[in-house]
Formats: sequence, structure tokens, C-alpha cells
Amino acid sequence: MVTTGSNSARTPGPPLWLLAELTYRCPLQCPYCSNPLDFAAQGGELSTAEWIDVFRQARELGAAQLGLSGGEPLVRQDLVELIRAARELGYYSNLITSGIGLTEAKVAAFAEAGLDHIQISFQAADEELNNLLAGSGKAYAQKVAMARAVKAHGYPMVLNFVTHRHNIDRIDRIIELCIELEADYVELATCQFYGWAQLNRAGLLPSKAQLERAERITNEYRERLRVQGHPCKLIFVTPDYYEERPKACMNGWGSLFLDITPDGTALPCHSARQLPIRFPNVREHSIRHIWQESSGFNRFRGYDWMPEPCRSCDEKEKDFGGCRCQAFLLTGDAANPDPVCAKSDRHDLILDARREAQEAAPALEQLQFRNEKASRLICKG
Amino acid sequence: MSAIADEQIPNLRRGFRFQWEPAQQAHVLLYPEGMIKLNEAAALILELVDGERHVAAIVDTLRTRFDNVPGIREDILEFLEVAHGNHWLEFR
Repeated sequence: MVTTGSNSARTPGPPLWLLAELTYRCPLQCPYCSNPLDFAAQGGELSTAEWIDVFRQARELGAAQLGLSGGEPLVRQDLVELIRAARELGYYSNLITSGIGLTEAKVAAFAEAGLDHIQISFQAADEELNNLLAGSGKAYAQKVAMARAVKAHGYPMVLNFVTHRHNIDRIDRIIELCIELEADYVELATCQFYGWAQLNRAGLLPSKAQLERAERITNEYRERLRVQGHPCKLIFVTPDYYEERPKACMNGWGSLFLDITPDGTALPCHSARQLPIRFPNVREHSIRHIWQESSGFNRFRGYDWMPEPCRSCDEKEKDFGGCRCQAFLLTGDAANPDPVCAKSDRHDLILDARREAQEAAPALEQLQFRNEKASRLICKG
Repeated sequence: MSAIADEQIPNLRRGFRFQWEPAQQAHVLLYPEGMIKLNEAAALILELVDGERHVAAIVDTLRTRFDNVPGIREDILEFLEVAHGNHWLEFR
């Protein structure tokens, strides 16, 4: 996405991307879910009117892309109303769903209300593995049926596969399935380690050899598609655990992304709830105040907060010092350099994780699946 | 890529939307989970891409509006080619 805002702490650009995490409720149990571990302990969901007011305020500030996500957004009974309001406000709306709970009638009703795009996530291209990872015996067949319905109703479609050590070796089958289902875009996103994925990191991180093979095969398919003039675009997201420089996380803290969680807490990214920062809530503050003035959103804007070696690094305007959540999860201090960076004095933590993926990864059955019971146990700590 | 013919009719690819964004003071092209901020020249051309006008009509309209600036036809064709190559628009 093109950014227009400056990275100065004084004048943030518009929050071009609004992610509305409508609910943490979800019928699936993916062990790499990015929702917080203690989702079961979070407050009540925003009402329909509260969400529409959030959409209106963010649109006034310049938000143009709206993600309707979760949890599973289809659990909300007011989706048609929310979609209609988003369309009237001029948003490009994206429904980000597992496909569970979707019906052909809903696909049609959402189109009529003005939904622009549907993204369906899969767990794997093999029915058995998909259903095992999802924690649901019927998930795969439902997803395939709904992907066909989405295309039949004329939507553009993104198919999203979170890849990890248990499914990445079948990347050829994943790409074949996506082409067969006529996906316009395919996200082959290697697991990023936050939330439940962080808890299960040792059992999810692919080995370097697995990753290299997957990337090579993806490039072969890209070339094939290019030669055919095929519009399907393959987007391969590598896990930053195999990089020597950190990712430009969210294109900079509070730079263009605004996430509103089910209870109205505003975050600069999906994972920031894990940080020891008090983030503002839309029930107490305007979006303008939250985006421009709140201490949470200004905490890591610009470059003044940076310690060394980031502060004097000539790449700081490229990667903004990496990911604050990763720095916190791995080192205990969100203001530390992202350990992914080879210049970080804690880069050994990443090297250890790579070694573990090579030598001692736990089996699929040992993963902690994401469900309410586990979440309640985790909150009790 | 083969040259674009005058009678071809460009149309935005399904799922792409062209609109004015006051906050950015620019036209943008919106598509699944993405946005392209357009410069003025690109916006002038895309404003005329409506699935009905053919290439020659787009060129004529802009030529009239810009008083026959030299090279305008080439600029328009070049943009349409890039946009087509990026799968932003389709021809029929």
C-alpha cells in the first residue's frame, strides 16, 4: 500500500487502514491465531451503532480501507448493516473470514449491501490436515464451497494460507488449489509469532530448508502465471525469524494502521494489546484524539524513542527499528531493538529459535489449540 | 505486450474502485486490501475509463481538453499499457 503520511511524531498522516475486529468469538481453534491469549477475559463487544460511529470518525480522518475481521466476523448478526454503512461512507470493505458460517444467501446479501471483497482463510490444502488444524471436521468442504460462491457472485477473492512447518511442504498443492478456485490474490503467509502462535512457536516455525523450498516453488509458479498473463498474484510472506534485518512493522508505529478490538480498545497493530501500554478506548475518546494525541499511539512514532544501535542506524527510516511487540515478547522491553536484527545484542534469541526448528520441534498433536477453555486457564495464569 | 488498438475498450478490473480521497487530496485506486495513490495525469485518464469509451475516444477527449499538447497520445497509451500489465484494467 502506498503511504502518504510523514513519520513525524507531530503530524501523523491519516489512518488509511481501519481494521475492525468485530468479535473474538470463533468456531475454529487455529493454534497460530493472532488474537490475544486472554481473549476470553476481554470486555463486551461494541454495538452496531458504536461500530458505525467508529467507521464514520475514522473515515473523516482519511481511512479508506476497512477490514471486517475477528475472531470470525460472521458470528456478528449485524454484518449487513455494518457493510451498508461502510459503503455509504465510501470505504473499500474487506470481509476477512474463515468461511465458517457463510452461506450463498449471505454472500449475495453482502454484495447487495456493497461489500467489495471477501478473503477466505484456509488451514491447509489437504482436507484432513486442514480440519485437524482448524479443530473442525467440516471446515475444508465448507471453505471450498464458499470460495466458489464468492467467485460466482463476482467478488474479487483473496485466499489466505498461514503456513508453518506442518503444511508448508505442500505449497504446490496449496497454489494449485488457489488457481483452481480462481483466487485473484493468494497470501502465503508464514506464521508470525504473536498471540497463540508465539505460545506454539517451537511447533510451528518451519526449518530454513522448508522455507527455501517453498519460496523456490512459489517463484516457479509466479513465472508460469506471468508467462500465461494470468492475473492471479502470489504473495509470499517470509517469517522474519530467517531475516537479518527486521520488517518495517505496520510501516511504522501509528503510521497508517488503526485496529479497533471487539471491546473498542484502539491499537496500532493486532498484537499491541500484549504490550504494557494503556491503549485508549473508543468508548472514552474520539478517534481523532486517539490517533493524533493519545500517548499509546505516540509512544513509538518517529525516531526519538530509539535506543542504540537503531538511533544512529542508517536503515532506521526503512524498517523503523522493526516490531515493538516482538521486542517486548522476546526481550521484555518494547523499546529494545527488534532481536530479528543482526545488530541487536539479543539476536541470539532468534538464532536459538532457528536451531530449535531444525532440531527439536514438537509434533502437531502437542500444539495448544486456541479455544475458550485454554484462554480462561491462561488468564488465570 | 501487443500494442493497444484504438477501438479497444478499457474497463477497471472487477474489484477495483477509482475514487477521490479528500484526506490525501488525490484520486486513488482501491482493490482488495490495497490502495494506489494516483498522480493527476493517471487520474485524468482513469476518470474516462468507464467500460464504454474506446481508446480513441479517451485520447480525443484529453487532446481537446489539453489543447493538443505534443505526445499526449503516447503518454495515454503508455499509462494504459502499464495499468493493463499490472492487471488494474482489462480490454475488450
